[in-house]
Amino acid sequence: MEFGLSEEQGLLRESVDRFLDDHADLDRVRKYADDPHDRGDDIWSGLAELGVPAVLVPETHGGIGLTALDAAVVAESLGAHAAPAPYLSTAVLAVAALRLAGDEAQQGAYLPRIADGSLRIGAAVSELSGARQGAAVEARDDGTLHGKALFVLDPDADAFLVADGTRRFHLVQADAGGVETTLLPQVDRTRRIAELALSGAPSEPLRGSGDPDVALQVIDLGRVIVAADTLGAAQEMLDQAVAYAKQREQFNRVIASFQAVKHLCAEMAAEIEPARALLWYAAHALDEVPDEARLMACHAKAHLAEVGQFVGKTATIVHGGMGFTDLLGLHYWFKRMGFNRQVLGGPERVREEAARVQGLA
Amino acid sequence: MDLSYGPQYDAFRQEVRDFIATHRDQAPRGQGIRSEPVKRWQKLLIEHGYAARTIPVEYGGHGGEPDILKARIIGEEFAAAQVPGGLGGQGVSMLVPTLLELGTEEQKREFIPPTLAGDMVWCQGYSEPGAGSDLASLRTSAVLDGDEWVINGSKIWTSTAHLADWIFCLVRTEPDAKKHQGISFLLFRMDTPGIEIRPLVDMTMASNFNEVFFTDVRVPKDQIVGQRGEGWYVANAILGHERDSLGDPNASLARVNRLVELMKTETVDGQRAIDNPAFRDRLIKIQARVTALRMNDMRILSSRINGRGDTGLARLITKLQATELRHDLEGLGIDIMGEFGLMFGKGPHLRDQGSWQNHYMYFLGLIIGGGTSQIQKNIISERGLGMPREPKAVVPAGS
Repeated sequence: MEFGLSEEQGLLRESVDRFLDDHADLDRVRKYADDPHDRGDDIWSGLAELGVPAVLVPETHGGIGLTALDAAVVAESLGAHAAPAPYLSTAVLAVAALRLAGDEAQQGAYLPRIADGSLRIGAAVSELSGARQGAAVEARDDGTLHGKALFVLDPDADAFLVADGTRRFHLVQADAGGVETTLLPQVDRTRRIAELALSGAPSEPLRGSGDPDVALQVIDLGRVIVAADTLGAAQEMLDQAVAYAKQREQFNRVIASFQAVKHLCAEMAAEIEPARALLWYAAHALDEVPDEARLMACHAKAHLAEVGQFVGKTATIVHGGMGFTDLLGLHYWFKRMGFNRQVLGGPERVREEAARVQGLA
Repeated sequence: MDLSYGPQYDAFRQEVRDFIATHRDQAPRGQGIRSEPVKRWQKLLIEHGYAARTIPVEYGGHGGEPDILKARIIGEEFAAAQVPGGLGGQGVSMLVPTLLELGTEEQKREFIPPTLAGDMVWCQGYSEPGAGSDLASLRTSAVLDGDEWVINGSKIWTSTAHLADWIFCLVRTEPDAKKHQGISFLLFRMDTPGIEIRPLVDMTMASNFNEVFFTDVRVPKDQIVGQRGEGWYVANAILGHERDSLGDPNASLARVNRLVELMKTETVDGQRAIDNPAFRDRLIKIQARVTALRMNDMRILSSRINGRGDTGLARLITKLQATELRHDLEGLGIDIMGEFGLMFGKGPHLRDQGSWQNHYMYFLGLIIGGGTSQIQKNIISERGLGMPREPKAVVPAGS
């Protein structure tokens, strides 16, 4: 029996951490946040050398063919660094959709280019977890897409994975006619999202997505990955809060010696530790425990959203006024977790799905 | 990740199941701790290695090799079959492990066998009215007079003192030493002259706790575990055992499953509680927390089996989180029943024997007992996060 990360998973985490420490530090993140033309290509190509986009791509298509848990380990590291990278959209959602619903030709055409980092695929799938006002994509018999997708992940991609109103997937080239993206300025500047207006955009359907379970499986995986990102970000915020409290002095002593401060940190640790075990299990279940996979993905997504919200607030408070400043930059993680909370379904919605999975709603 | 226990453990699990199926009609049903059915059941379990499994045969145990997974499987199977396992109580779960580690050979032979057999019942004399979270400031004194300790003082929160034959008790024997170094760990009979027991009714209206008063209680000199002044060290070996036993996540899982059933049958305005979205949301929130703590427990278990020490923090948060969660879970049970949730005692309309109110309060007690949540947070931040201790308060001059 072994509940935890393997040695290889530990090494994977270390290698991604080391790269991001050097190449996606806060200065680099700020630069990405301030410059809309910066796609973070240096970060993504560096990650591609480590095999990050290839994690879930099968070996037959030039990938490494690792598990959802490995993918979650990578996501934790990205969250811990608040790193800008099209990981969720390209390496997770698009790869999962292609693996589950793409035909041989589509897999052969797209997966190797995703794996080597040369192809980015944005994800227009937010309607699968709830369509907000104005969002609706219709696929016509002539292979064109019409309508609007909201909150499209990584709009500066080369192509898009688009979910239509019947929960089927399509691929659309970004430079095709009838495709228009409008950036949506939002609070988490380590990620970019956009509106995607489709007016007769030519597309190729992923034919396997006629099976309604495909969209659900893609979302399950995406939710676990988003939760893992939050886990990494929450741990980072706790670490920063503890380190800050140990050096900040008031009343002639470090504030880490005040129980009022210690208890806030203890509460964060007490929330994060069980959440980590839940997240690992949810990722494991996606591959190995099919009966529990969907429920655990829901629990992980909703629970980490709550833990992330608590840690984001509490770690900021421990930093006092400095936590509120842009100078320190702690808010990058706060906002990252805020983004993760809403994307692919907010906690209330996801809990409702958890109830439905169990036949309770 | 490999969550299987492996084929040899599957065989062991089957063995335990077979045992339970064959012998379950001999299991005691609510009889008291000293009753014959309880003692016979305990004897049978020890023979088969389902109680006192790793305790040497010469001390009345089964003499098996330590095996965390087998211990876990036994616990799981007895719980699943709703058949009582081996004897618990402070003697078995706290004193016996301590004696095994720190007792003399004579003490092991004298005390462990009757304790395991259920013939010797113990209570724990630690807390005092003036020494709760700051246990080491305890003041009950023991002064050596010839071959006897003479004990004066009082203890509080002493569970089962009214049922116990013996007490293991922390007393101050070195009044001039620093507070942690002046304590000794004594064992003595509860029928010794000079002991008075007063029941203490708790908010559940049960009287499992007591106050115990000592007036010139005379105890043989050699009834000490460890050396004079080492009592704090001896007691901490035991507190570790207690911390491990308080947070059983499988009990919380059983309870959350029961709550789901209850929510399917309780109605208001003809609507089932489970069909009320607000209640449903609270249920799923709690279910996720229970799941997270179960996985945390699996992680700790696996780290122990594989001899790794990488789950320090995961272990430190267990008591805090498990007791708070259980209190919240039981509270939801009350809320979904509304006014029916208030029913208490022996009247009509009780659900699950009134256990939701009862547990709601009982687990509030456990949030406090065994190291309050605030003490747990000190421990988590100091030992888990490396934050410094709060400096000692400066006592104003002349006070």
